[in-house]
Amino acid sequence: METVKLTDAQRKSRRGRNIALGFVLFGLVVLFYIVTLIKFGNGMAN
Amino acid sequence: MTVIDNHEAVGMEGVARLSEASARDYFELLKPRVMSLVVFTAFAGLVLAPGHINPFIGFIAILCIAVGAGASGALNMWYDADIDAVMSRTAKRPIPAGKILPQEALAFGLTLSAFSVIILGLAVNWLAAGLLAFTIFFYVVIYTMWLKRSTPQNIVIGGAAGAFPPMIGWACVTGAVSIESIVLFLITFLWTPAHFWALALFKMGDYGAVGVPMMPNVCGQATTKKQIVIYAVLTALIGICPTLLGFASIGYGLFATALGLGFVWYSIGVLRMPETDERMLPAKKLFAFSIMYLFVIFSALMADHLIVNVWLNAGSIA
Repeated sequence: METVKLTDAQRKSRRGRNIALGFVLFGLVVLFYIVTLIKFGNGMAN
Repeated sequence: MTVIDNHEAVGMEGVARLSEASARDYFELLKPRVMSLVVFTAFAGLVLAPGHINPFIGFIAILCIAVGAGASGALNMWYDADIDAVMSRTAKRPIPAGKILPQEALAFGLTLSAFSVIILGLAVNWLAAGLLAFTIFFYVVIYTMWLKRSTPQNIVIGGAAGAFPPMIGWACVTGAVSIESIVLFLITFLWTPAHFWALALFKMGDYGAVGVPMMPNVCGQATTKKQIVIYAVLTALIGICPTLLGFASIGYGLFATALGLGFVWYSIGVLRMPETDERMLPAKKLFAFSIMYLFVIFSALMADHLIVNVWLNAGSIA
């Protein structure tokens, strides 16, 4: 498999994108968790 | 270890093309300034709608509408990268600037579109999700791919895409589309031509260079200016409809009338602008006023709604 060495700029930008993606994924986990609580809460109240 | 990808820039054949795009470049693909307007009008739809929505579900609704609007912006930039590279206003966007590849923008836009629609459907309701999906489709396929490069009426019909957010916000709360939400839709829909044609007047050279048939380039300045006045009048009239239909107070109606007269006043300034005027100050003033108009009219509707509700609640308690 042919590979390349990343430049500093490429490594830095990739790290930045990965961190942003990590935040987005964590945000989605929290979002689904809270929505589930709200939906279950409403279901039980009804 | 990084696998070499297949994308090769012109003049860089045989050299691996690895992205140096930052998260900020991807954020720029979402057209944040347009997104702020969408968030604001969608929020207005959410506030004005009768009924109650859980604040967190309301937050998710706004988030999904914003991301959906951003996704359609990314797809627009993917499709329009060729003309964006030529126009001064858009040449620094991430794709023409060489920061992001078109296919990366396409994948980004499609992914966000799917996520925003599905999450809105699961968390809020499927009517709102359907409207959001239709809005993205309308902006990308109907406006960007079809109308934009084929007719001077492009932004009149395409403006519907930008007008849907308050209707989606309303649907998030009520699960329905009603006459009130259609009026909110019409405010932005009728506002769009005067707003965009003011811009098209002082950016005529840009649009002409890339062959986009904007009204001033195809039908001339005189016709454009007359149509700007007509749409400004229609915007002013629809702006007072919430009072006429009974979902805003007379106070709002008076305020909207004054604001609408201001809009018409600035549009008449454009009508009087000589064709030899190269600075086109009246068109620039109308463009600036139009942005302010939309923010203020929706703010006034929300303020009126809150004041009337507080008044009614105080009355019922007494």
